[in-house]
Amino acid sequence: MTLRLERGRTLAVIGANGAGKTTLLRVLAGLLRPHAGSARVLGAELPGEAWRVRGRIGYLGHDPLLYRELSGRENLLYQSRLYRLAPERVEEALAAVGLERRATEPVRDLSKGMVQRLAVARATLHEPDLLLLDEPRANLDPAAAERLEPLIGRASGRARVLVTHDVERALAEADVVLGLRGGRQAFAVAASKADAGGARGLYA
Amino acid sequence: MIRTATAILRKDLTIELRTKESVPAMALFTVTVYVLFHFGLDRDSLDGELASGVLWVTLLLAAVIGVTRLFAAEREQGGIDALLLAPVDRTALFVAKAAALLLYLVLLELVAVPTFGLLLLGPDLLSDLPELVLILLLADIGLAAVGALVAALAAETRARELIVPLLLLPLLVPLLIAAASATAPLLREGGSPEDLGRWLALLGGYDLVFLLISLAVFDYLLED
Repeated sequence: MTLRLERGRTLAVIGANGAGKTTLLRVLAGLLRPHAGSARVLGAELPGEAWRVRGRIGYLGHDPLLYRELSGRENLLYQSRLYRLAPERVEEALAAVGLERRATEPVRDLSKGMVQRLAVARATLHEPDLLLLDEPRANLDPAAAERLEPLIGRASGRARVLVTHDVERALAEADVVLGLRGGRQAFAVAASKADAGGARGLYA
Repeated sequence: MIRTATAILRKDLTIELRTKESVPAMALFTVTVYVLFHFGLDRDSLDGELASGVLWVTLLLAAVIGVTRLFAAEREQGGIDALLLAPVDRTALFVAKAAALLLYLVLLELVAVPTFGLLLLGPDLLSDLPELVLILLLADIGLAAVGALVAALAAETRARELIVPLLLLPLLVPLLIAAASATAPLLREGGSPEDLGRWLALLGGYDLVFLLISLAVFDYLLED
């Protein structure tokens, strides 16, 4: 596949289970070495220059990347030390996702929706330039999803790669839509020109 | 790098304090094995080479438990991905894991060595305690370096419970020989250190070689 995403724009990736959406996201995050081809992310050629993008990507995958035995605050403080951020940033992030009052509870005691909110706080703690989001609204109620919009929605102003099964949302939110089938590009079109019916055909 | 390693170590120790999955398991295993030896050997007490062999083989087998668990939280909760995304030197992960394992081994020995002295050993341990502590410390550093390396190698494998002992124990043979040989004279009745300097030098050399190898290759082990 060949495509290009400009700063501040959103690419939605759709496709049936096993189509390669998560793999694509992991390659772009520098977590997976591609078998062939290359990707240029934030000006760095992957996988060779993956070190250049470390710390500039906000990755929200299937796993929240949080330690269950630590509290939400402890998890974010740990992340803040890895990214060399001021501890105050942790409190801001907790407030942004509405978890200040549950910040001392171990992650294992939080509901799935709260864990997802905390994962969003983790992924955006360091103010990344690029967001790689795999079903970011999973387990979120409408109010929580609304609350997280400034962090991971279009309003964040960041370039985003958004993996979703929600075709209508993908077309509404994205600038470009990439359809994957069997690990290959089925189509890549401007969202304004995409046909919802055709996109749904990927799931047939 | 030190700051990152300290953050990872702090996180690991907090998780261990809350879950108590590694050190108590290692200590319980060691005490159980010494009890089994106590009854199985049908002897009132051990000394010399036999005592040293029992002490060290049991400690190394207990270390396998710690090494197998060393990357459990990273593996099961995505910690390696989080580290790979962060702008940190990956060597910090090795330093932190080796330091955590070193600490676990020291804590284990605080329980294991007195238990060994009580259940199995004839001669008094206290007379040569400084020498024994030095041997234990040098052996622990080597064990921690090799253990952290093997733990990272096995972290993403399916059969890690098998891979860890299969890789770790052969690599520890030189360390076992040096540590057991250095310890044996200390565990004889009225014994005094023999060739201690030679064995300590061997242990120190082993530590240095494996620390350097681990620091050189650890980065590549985390590649997907």
